Amino acid sequence: MLSVKHLIDTTSLTADDITQILDTAKSFDPIVNARTIKKVPALRGRTIVNLFLEPSTRTLKSFELAEKRLSADSISMGGSTSSVVKGESLADTIQTIDAMNVDMFVVRARLAGTPQKITENTDAIVINGGDGKHQHPTQAMLDLYTIREHFGHLDGLKVAIVGDLAHSRVCGSLAPALKTMGADVTLVAPPTFQVGDPSWFGCNQTNHLDDVIEDMDVVYMLRVQLERMEGAAIPSRREYNRLYGLSLEREARMKPNAIICHPGPMNRGMEIDAEVADCARSRILNQVNAGVLTRMAEMYLLLGGEE
Amino acid sequence: MEQATLKAQIMDEQAMDRAITRIAHEIIEHNEGAEGIALVGIQRRGVPIAERLADKIEDIEGVRPHIGKLDISFYRDDFKRHISPVIHATEILFSIDGVDVVLVDDVLYTGRTVRSGLDALMDLGRPKTVQLAVMVDRGHRELPIRADYVGKNVPSSHEEDVRVSITPLDEVDSVEIWGIEKTVGGEQ
Amino acid sequence: MAYLIKGAHVVDPQVGLDDIRDVLVDGKEIVEVAESIEAADAEVIEGTGKYLVPGLVDMHVHFRDPGFEYKETIATGSRAAAHGGFTDVATMPNTDPVTDDGAEIRYPSDRARKAGLVHVRPMGALTRGEKGESLAEIGDMVMEGASAFSDDGHGVQSAGMMKTCMAYVSQFDRVVCAHCEVESLSGNGVINSGRAATRLGMFGWPPLAEELEIWRDIELCRSTGCALHICHISTEKGLELVKAAKAEGLPVTCEVTPHHLFLCDEDIDDTYNTNLKMNPPLRKRSDMEALCAGILDGSIDCVVTDHAPHAKHEKDCEWEIAFFGTIGLETSLPLMLTNMVGTGKMSWSRLVEVMAVNPRALLRCKPVKIEAGSQADLTLIDPKREIDVTEDYFQSKSKNSAFLGQHLTGVATDVLMAGKRTLADGVVVA
Repeated sequence: MLSVKHLIDTTSLTADDITQILDTAKSFDPIVNARTIKKVPALRGRTIVNLFLEPSTRTLKSFELAEKRLSADSISMGGSTSSVVKGESLADTIQTIDAMNVDMFVVRARLAGTPQKITENTDAIVINGGDGKHQHPTQAMLDLYTIREHFGHLDGLKVAIVGDLAHSRVCGSLAPALKTMGADVTLVAPPTFQVGDPSWFGCNQTNHLDDVIEDMDVVYMLRVQLERMEGAAIPSRREYNRLYGLSLEREARMKPNAIICHPGPMNRGMEIDAEVADCARSRILNQVNAGVLTRMAEMYLLLGGEE
Repeated sequence: MEQATLKAQIMDEQAMDRAITRIAHEIIEHNEGAEGIALVGIQRRGVPIAERLADKIEDIEGVRPHIGKLDISFYRDDFKRHISPVIHATEILFSIDGVDVVLVDDVLYTGRTVRSGLDALMDLGRPKTVQLAVMVDRGHRELPIRADYVGKNVPSSHEEDVRVSITPLDEVDSVEIWGIEKTVGGEQ
Repeated sequence: MAYLIKGAHVVDPQVGLDDIRDVLVDGKEIVEVAESIEAADAEVIEGTGKYLVPGLVDMHVHFRDPGFEYKETIATGSRAAAHGGFTDVATMPNTDPVTDDGAEIRYPSDRARKAGLVHVRPMGALTRGEKGESLAEIGDMVMEGASAFSDDGHGVQSAGMMKTCMAYVSQFDRVVCAHCEVESLSGNGVINSGRAATRLGMFGWPPLAEELEIWRDIELCRSTGCALHICHISTEKGLELVKAAKAEGLPVTCEVTPHHLFLCDEDIDDTYNTNLKMNPPLRKRSDMEALCAGILDGSIDCVVTDHAPHAKHEKDCEWEIAFFGTIGLETSLPLMLTNMVGTGKMSWSRLVEVMAVNPRALLRCKPVKIEAGSQADLTLIDPKREIDVTEDYFQSKSKNSAFLGQHLTGVATDVLMAGKRTLADGVVVA
């Protein structure tokens, strides 16, 4: 049983919660990855609404697959980025859907805090599928799963998170979760991409990838979200690649057992070179696979933990 | 609040061993040998019982049947009340297609666990037959399910609990009946 | 109508009064202040255990009328002001249309007279439409009774334009009230930069955006000689700049809101309570503490509310798209009494300076003193009466208070505005 009713952020999760999610995800692994019939009836008859107020094909499909594998009935709804623009408030949208008797909302939103607001307007359980620049907890869980699968543990690992930290909900949820599990986190970014207050995560901070790459067990490259730049914080893709991109040359300097992660979709040739994305260290496809497993675990544990 | 008191021991180590021996013989007789048989224990106490049965069958026939473990957590119809923080993995490292599977559990009561077990099994493949072996049948079925092999029939009431202990999960081999009393003031 | 306020503790530093007195009001004026007055014809207002002070003034409110009457009107805003113990308010010009000519000054004045609950002292815009591009008809507005000038809501982005505004205003005896915000730095900021922004994943509104423009406007004050009043100061550094200007003898003053005195960004938690979304934003705890020290040591001149009513649907939404601001008229005095006077940090006479004397002077209104011959704008305060801040407590049309849920001690019970009773034992009259 998790200590939280909803999955809104990773900062509310205890180490026990995270371990439980990862262990449960592990028990879904043979079902999803080894069986012909890749589903169980655990959430049969449960209704899940995927409310995606911001478009996201990958995360949506991962949730949908996880829901199908658990035999839940789910529907997916898009929407304008701001329901207020349509003249309907978020509260109205939620109450309207809620009137159809929903057990769980999976919410993706452009604005920070939307999933939290939704909890105030429904009795259903809410999973945050990414809200603005705030949090993306299900991404963090699949990342931890992927890293733990490789190393067998999380404590003591050195992890560099590299890229557009200022606009990154991935960093906002992954860094605290790693800290909770005892990993050592270094944030690498140009000054114009650094987080406002890194001390909140208790992370190290540097502008120079070359200074730290040889010490890292995990190098986690963030997508440079060109659509979120809102003002030129870097001069060009080329310069970013030269200073912060994970090139073959930098990859060669990594520890023998170190791995590379990326939340996708990748800008090949910008934050990561094409050859590196496909190299033996890359765990990028493992992350995608882990996404279904961990999302199944989160939905199973949250809906099972009711009452 | 519930209070449990030991009423009686129904089976001791010898009695359980005799029952397992008898069931092993019955399985061999029914299936005309041990070829193509698989024993699948339902987590958790079905697993050591399945292993004991396999030992016996190997002693008798010289052939060791396949053994598997089946976790039914994701198949329960009452998981909201029984969500288990530690899920015990399903481990069936052979194809069950066309195999005579003997599902093994410790106690047969309402039949709901067996129903979940059948569903879980069917998602893994298409066995030729599925048979059911249990150490204790205590009655009170809620579903049309019966056991093919029974260690002991133990008539019981809903106010009783039938507990099977088996090594190495438990310290001893035994079957006991416990009385369950709901103490006054428990409904709060 | 004559009123006799009996046995109240009268505090007015302007006349050196801090003692029990009876005060007799007849018509619009105070006619007698003495230790004991008998007046058979006057209605007696029992003042024992209460404090009587010159009518409170809030020189920074938004009444949204004309243009946004669904949030507040001059009539409902006047009720809120009376309920909060105020006799005077200065309304900001960012209405629709913007208050940028003489006719637009007459409108709120006329509506306020009709409501008859509070003196409304409208401020005029510095620039046409508050667009920061060309001078508004400032002289016309002065002649129609504008109390001061401001483009509040945003700063005048062009330094050259601001210099022109201040130079032009310097010919009149009026103050320029500056909302200081360099928009290229505050950008899309919706919360203080730093920990809160990082934790909650939103763009920060950095202190520098405010401080840089305070510095600029102080230099323009030096250059033009125009009296400068810094609106809703929110950072320690900004206050240091004001202190230095005052020490130099420049005509610079500033104001602070109760929400910047008593709340900080640590109060913003994972529930994203949008009633805490302000412009300027709630700052760090150290800023809050510096502002509290500033209002006590005299470096901050007055307390204003920046009363900013918004409809429910404009606040009951995601933080990033919620409107900025909190209502404040009805909690300002109770907050000051609970957190400042009640705790012994602030004297009653300092409270009167920052909530009545100083803002009245900045609005260039005739002083109100508790002596015979002065206009009878008076506020009677019960320092022990307790209130629960709930939506039902408010007379304002909007309920977006940052202080909902608080329990406060000390509140105005009676108000006389030009001798007319507008609040009677806590209830707004008519």
